Amino acid sequence: MMTTDASTESLLQQGLELHPRVALRPEPFGALAYHYDTRRLVFLKHPDVVAVVRELGSHPTVAATLDACGISAQRRPAFVKALTSLLESNILKESVS
Amino acid sequence: MTLLVDQLKRGLDAPICLTWELTYACNLACVHCLSSSGQRDPAELTTDEAKHVLDQLRDLQVFYINLGGGEPMIRRDFFDIVEYSIAQGIGVKFSTNGAFIDAGKARRLATMDYLDIQISLDGTDAITNDAVRGDGSYATAIRAMDHLRDAGFGPFKISVVITRHNVDQLDEFKALADSYGAQLRVTRLRPSGRGVDSWHDLHPTNAQQVQIYHWLLAHGDNVLTGDSFFHLNALGEEPLPGLNLCGAGRVVCLIDPIGDVYACPFVIHDEFKAGNLRDEGGFAEIWKHSELFAELRQPQSAGACASCGQFDACQGGCMAAKFFTGLPLDGPDPECVRGQGELALAGIAVGSAPRPMGDHSKPVRATPVSFTRR
Repeated sequence: MMTTDASTESLLQQGLELHPRVALRPEPFGALAYHYDTRRLVFLKHPDVVAVVRELGSHPTVAATLDACGISAQRRPAFVKALTSLLESNILKESVS
Repeated sequence: MTLLVDQLKRGLDAPICLTWELTYACNLACVHCLSSSGQRDPAELTTDEAKHVLDQLRDLQVFYINLGGGEPMIRRDFFDIVEYSIAQGIGVKFSTNGAFIDAGKARRLATMDYLDIQISLDGTDAITNDAVRGDGSYATAIRAMDHLRDAGFGPFKISVVITRHNVDQLDEFKALADSYGAQLRVTRLRPSGRGVDSWHDLHPTNAQQVQIYHWLLAHGDNVLTGDSFFHLNALGEEPLPGLNLCGAGRVVCLIDPIGDVYACPFVIHDEFKAGNLRDEGGFAEIWKHSELFAELRQPQSAGACASCGQFDACQGGCMAAKFFTGLPLDGPDPECVRGQGELALAGIAVGSAPRPMGDHSKPVRATPVSFTRR
């Protein structure tokens, strides 16, 4: 439901990465993500979301990734929401550092 | 969601859901077989050709394939093909009647990653099932399910084609699946293959369609449907789970045993053939550039259904169901829940609907005639 400020902030400071059992396939609208364990197919409906998802593993936190991808502060809440849902469906996982 | 559905209708760079019938050979002769299977076709793809197809699908990043037939396990290179596919990162789901799953094969299947199995079953008792799938086929399927359970395969799927005669068994099918730790999959009967002759007697009545709709609304999250019941969405406010669109040539296609590529598994007919894998350019060329698929990815006309307030919900139904009952593709589905299909069907002259092609049914054994010469 509503993302609270506190949970937004905690996600931003988290390190995330693409689940190792997930494959991404580029599509005109963004990408398809397929999870080989859960057999679930998820649509990434914007090319910027795809870019962020691909970059996550190379940065210590979500916030750093969004900065590196040039996502403005204004657009952050939408990305936090998208990434939260991808985390819940196991397309993303917390990175082990 | 609507934007996404629009995108999907314009087609994807590669199919999401690709069905590949490995052989037309089958030990059964189900009356509703969508591919009129029975006898092997001499032109079926060789092992090397099959592996070459898998290389192409890997390059297109197809995540998984649905293998079927005929009975795919009849092929001697079945495990070879499945193992090669999985090694390429292409998951496999295959449909079988279970006749070739003994204890040893079940154990072998249980060791494989990225593999799903669908056992076809059309009744929760032998009488209901065998009437459609043939004598002994119920016992065969149950035996295969026992072997898979005993081998610790995990959650396999039980795949049911809903008919007039098994629609009242939906709860029992669910209970049966639960008792095996299996997942239930129910799909819509189409007048495809040999189904063209059995559809009129087997397809659910209008009252039963309402029953299916409500059952799916109540259980849909835990039951797979292959998105095949979207024509029922015109029955109410609440859409069934799933994408609810016809994916033919857009997100779905069929490769038949001889390498012909069709828009979907239910339209084995020249009108819906996009090309052959043995042609230059292979699968990618067909998927990306065939005239047929390009046409299917254009906006489709609502035709006679344009004035119906439910068109957005049902999308005009199933192309295959219309085609093989002789109805125009831009008109109502033969099972239109508003009754428009029934009316339209009444205007179709007997014998005028297109016949499915590529019939591989076993010859009907002639009844012995006894000559009395004495």
